[in-house]
Amino acid sequence: MSSTGITRATLVKDLRLEWRSKDAINSMLFFALLVVVIFSFSFDPTAEESRRIAGGLVWVAFLFAAVVALNQTWARELRNQVLDAYRVSPAPANSLFLAKALGNFIFVAVLECLMTPLFIIFYNLRAIGPAYQLLIVAVLGTWALVVNGTFFAAMSLRTRSREIMLPLLLFPISIPALLAMVEATRSILTGEFSAKFWIVLLVAYDVVFTMASLFLFELVLHAE
Amino acid sequence: MKIIFPILCILTAALLSYGLYQALVVAPTEQTMGDVQRIFYYHVPSAWTAGVLFFVNFIASIAYLWRRNTKADALALAAAEVGVVFCTIVLVTGPIWARPVWGIWWTWDLRLTLTLVCWLIFVSYLFLRRFSSSGQTPVIAAVLAIFGTLDIPLVYFSIWFFRTQHPQPVMGNGGSIDPRMLHAFFINLIAFTCFGALVCWSRYRLEVLRRQVEETQALESLLEVRSSR
Amino acid sequence: MSYLYAAYIATWAIHVGYLTYLYRRYKKLRTEIEELERK
Repeated sequence: MSSTGITRATLVKDLRLEWRSKDAINSMLFFALLVVVIFSFSFDPTAEESRRIAGGLVWVAFLFAAVVALNQTWARELRNQVLDAYRVSPAPANSLFLAKALGNFIFVAVLECLMTPLFIIFYNLRAIGPAYQLLIVAVLGTWALVVNGTFFAAMSLRTRSREIMLPLLLFPISIPALLAMVEATRSILTGEFSAKFWIVLLVAYDVVFTMASLFLFELVLHAE
Repeated sequence: MKIIFPILCILTAALLSYGLYQALVVAPTEQTMGDVQRIFYYHVPSAWTAGVLFFVNFIASIAYLWRRNTKADALALAAAEVGVVFCTIVLVTGPIWARPVWGIWWTWDLRLTLTLVCWLIFVSYLFLRRFSSSGQTPVIAAVLAIFGTLDIPLVYFSIWFFRTQHPQPVMGNGGSIDPRMLHAFFINLIAFTCFGALVCWSRYRLEVLRRQVEETQALESLLEVRSSR
Repeated sequence: MSYLYAAYIATWAIHVGYLTYLYRRYKKLRTEIEELERK
């Protein structure tokens, strides 16, 4: 089986599993909703201010939802000793990583699609700048979080306090990406600056860390 | 080796004392900032030393992944730990300097923020080391070190651009520098680099010793089990 | 200036603290080595 075939098969399997065990999805969706509500309570700005800070709020909310989602997906692998099966199989480690990352990406994207309309409603958001760029930022930003998140989740598997280890490792390294996402969103919503630099930075970040993850995942997989 | 180490310690201590004397007594008082500016003689050399140590960690991590040499791994750990100590000093002296001069404790300027992010990345590295219980911790830690170091240029550019969009108080040294100030600065730079190297070397020796003891203890318990049967 | 002294004292306090920590670990290792040598 070719490596893209393996990637696709693993991805389909993960999505199917996720779909069948609805409890994970449901709890995640409810968690996402709660995050939005609590943020909206805590930060209740005027319409003017909201455009400035919404970028930060939205991405921090996505970040927390993503971390919870990422912890879930690897935990399932661990439970059924699937990881050992992967290690023994001749499938290249890259395919597994890509499949996991894509699966997580879809999962987090679904969460974001739920949370975004709620944020728009609660904050009466309206983009003054080019709104289509928001989609680009969302895709690039989510991938930035997910690619590193999947990698670090795999690294944290055999550590004590696994659940806290993931955000501990992920947050510092994600700082440039987070800054880019937040500033890009703010630029687009307020229309004050161009988001081009931030989008370029996100592309650079995604390229660097996707390549690093693909290159080094083999080591991590066999290291457990 | 046993004789060199105490000699180096004494030399470094002498250098550090000379540096302190230079910084506090010999160097002239700065015009605009006053005596507080002397913090500079400790703040910047500490930052430099931390940077050197983090770089050593990066090289040692790559060396470990390349050759699986356990000594390289011990060096990586030592360099990271001592680097974090020096980085902490930068983060502590920075705000102490900023408060009387600019009236604010913190600003998201390039150097301070970059230092903070480096500190965060390497502290998370140390946490991974402590919490990872598998025998392959060195591999995973080395990979994290590589990720962290790859991140640093990206952090630099992101903060740099952030600053051009949101102007912050300027933290540079305007005007010309008195040669006596430069002299004091370089003495302290060399002194702290030597000091950092010595502490890192000590930590490295400690780590190597600790691993030997652990191995011996493991062997001991194995032999005990065997002989008790 | 008190800020100046605070900075210098803080620097050395952190260094001394870390070196003390290293020394204590070394002492502990030494006792463990002696135990092993006795066996």
